[in-house]
Amino acid sequence: MGTREVISSGNELSALAAKDAGCRFFGGYPITPSSEIMHEMSDLMPEVGGACIQMEDEIAGVAAAIGAGMSGVRTMTATSGPGISLKAENLGLAQMTEVPLVVVNVMRGGPSTGLPTRVSQGDVRQAKNPSHGDYRSITLCAGNLEECYTEVVRAFNLADRFMQPVFVLTDETIGHMHGKAMLPTEEEVRAGIVPRKTFDGAPEDYRPYGVGSDEAAVLNPMFKGYRYHFTGLHHDAMGFPTEEIETCRKLIQRLEDKVMAHRDEIELNEEFMLDDLTGAEGEVLIIAYGSVSLAAKESIRHLRAAGIKAGLFRPITLWPSPAESIKKYTDKIKNVLCVELNIRQYTEEVERVSGRLDIQGLYKVNGRAISPYEIVNKVKEVF
Amino acid sequence: MAFNYDKYLRLEKMPTLWCWGCGDGVILKAFVRAIDKLGINKDDVCVVSGIGCSGRFSSYIDFNTVHTTHGRTVAFATGIKLANPDKYVICVAGDGDALAIGGNHTIHGCRRNIDITMIMINNFIYGLTNSQTSPTTPQGMWTVSQKAGNIDPTFNATDLAIASGASFVARETMIDPKKLEKTLVKAIEHKGFSFIDVMSNCHINLGRKNKMASAMENLEWIDGITIPKKKYDELSPEEQLNKFPTGILKEDTEAKEYCEMYAEIIKVHQGERKTITQNDFAKKI
Repeated sequence: MGTREVISSGNELSALAAKDAGCRFFGGYPITPSSEIMHEMSDLMPEVGGACIQMEDEIAGVAAAIGAGMSGVRTMTATSGPGISLKAENLGLAQMTEVPLVVVNVMRGGPSTGLPTRVSQGDVRQAKNPSHGDYRSITLCAGNLEECYTEVVRAFNLADRFMQPVFVLTDETIGHMHGKAMLPTEEEVRAGIVPRKTFDGAPEDYRPYGVGSDEAAVLNPMFKGYRYHFTGLHHDAMGFPTEEIETCRKLIQRLEDKVMAHRDEIELNEEFMLDDLTGAEGEVLIIAYGSVSLAAKESIRHLRAAGIKAGLFRPITLWPSPAESIKKYTDKIKNVLCVELNIRQYTEEVERVSGRLDIQGLYKVNGRAISPYEIVNKVKEVF
Repeated sequence: MAFNYDKYLRLEKMPTLWCWGCGDGVILKAFVRAIDKLGINKDDVCVVSGIGCSGRFSSYIDFNTVHTTHGRTVAFATGIKLANPDKYVICVAGDGDALAIGGNHTIHGCRRNIDITMIMINNFIYGLTNSQTSPTTPQGMWTVSQKAGNIDPTFNATDLAIASGASFVARETMIDPKKLEKTLVKAIEHKGFSFIDVMSNCHINLGRKNKMASAMENLEWIDGITIPKKKYDELSPEEQLNKFPTGILKEDTEAKEYCEMYAEIIKVHQGERKTITQNDFAKKI
């Protein structure tokens, strides 16, 4: 927890975080409940000499952001689920060309137009694979006001480290939540910025995509004498299209391995009141993420007051999932309850990594938040 | 002395994958000569292409090059340009790119009047994917998706660009590469959105089924449907119906360029000026 006290909303904090993290370009399109991020960026970007542009549609919003990113600028877009559906194709191009980009998705009810002004976590599965083909999405999920700031900062550094889009999922509840937040100072954030790697040798020795089998591309900014090619086609070390069998295989395998071989750099969890869980009969493990975790924490206090020993495991990085960390607890604790504002989207991942099919769930898809009492009642009902 | 293209080409990528006799190479060479004539440093140019035969344009020339998704060239280019206002950003798109899947981006690039040069290579067909109808395919022609004859009305790309607010609009054909080169020079020099409809042949995928199976026959057909603007203006409306005017069709040097206006936005936010009002623009509504 930081020392800078602010009164703000989740969406405003996401924008402020981008500015503090060195973002200098925003491309977007209005969509509820994320629009306030663009509103803020339209002030913050020109203040620091950057640019914010409202494009003609969601597709163009992300395309402009990726274009700026290709040229070497830290860049962001923000939207909600329907916007991600539209941006999916270009997000695939950013994965394939390895262009760093932060995408904030303030989730609302779906599918389709769904419940525009109400909360949901319905885009968790979408965030894993928004576009076609093989690649590994990095998806962070903010669970409170502070994290609308800190996770966006972390997303920028991860995007430059892994050279790909990084999602930050928030939702209508925390996006529009207004309150006090304790942030790190701007100086602290600036000191933590790790910009993307660049090559400073002779241009003829430069191979932007000619990197190790689990390494990210090294993309120099445009207009600096290192001329190479971006393409969504399978490409060689200089970025030029190729169908050469081994080059194609290695490229796609590298997109997988550059993330999966370094999951420890991406994983982040909160373990709340799990210390004293020993695996004894009657103990309860709740798995929840995002705004739902606020209700889950409150429910744990009530459960404990009622004599039920419960704790929360909260993944802050949703994808790649913290498989070993989840398994450590699901191996130990018999009663496991996943709480989500969707139907089983992350429960299925918990089932997969735990190897258990007796995971209980509390799911809500009517646009309303889950209350602590609903969780308490569910625990008492199923265990 | 013959022009030496080597400095600008990625020779190791040759031969191109374009068909024998394709106009794309002629247009590529005219573009390279235009850049050379303007004396622009290769590092200061970014060429953004879309999907289709014309999409490969960017990979053969030694600039900063981006091969994007289908139809989105202007959207990517807008981000590149706005983040780097002092650089030259060129879009190369096909007729399907610019007018069908990317029509919205073309419209809004023109409307913003951002300083991008958009070269639309118009071969009247989806060539790379084997002869489907494009927005510029003439009515009545055979396409693989309309074998009984195309009934979709033909799009006039320059009318769209003019109506959308592009400040420089031209049409040329690859039949006259020298004239194309001159127009490209003016388009790139122009401050604002420049749109050029460059008519080109696809004798393979448009021509073979429409009685113009050779490049020459296809080019003769293009020659027949185009006429210099000055002569076009003298025609009766009936005579104009089946002709496309060539040359510079619109050149507005007064219209405000987007990046220059954005620089004013920055001034407002940095306290150097109060605000932007309608008085900053010639056109009030």
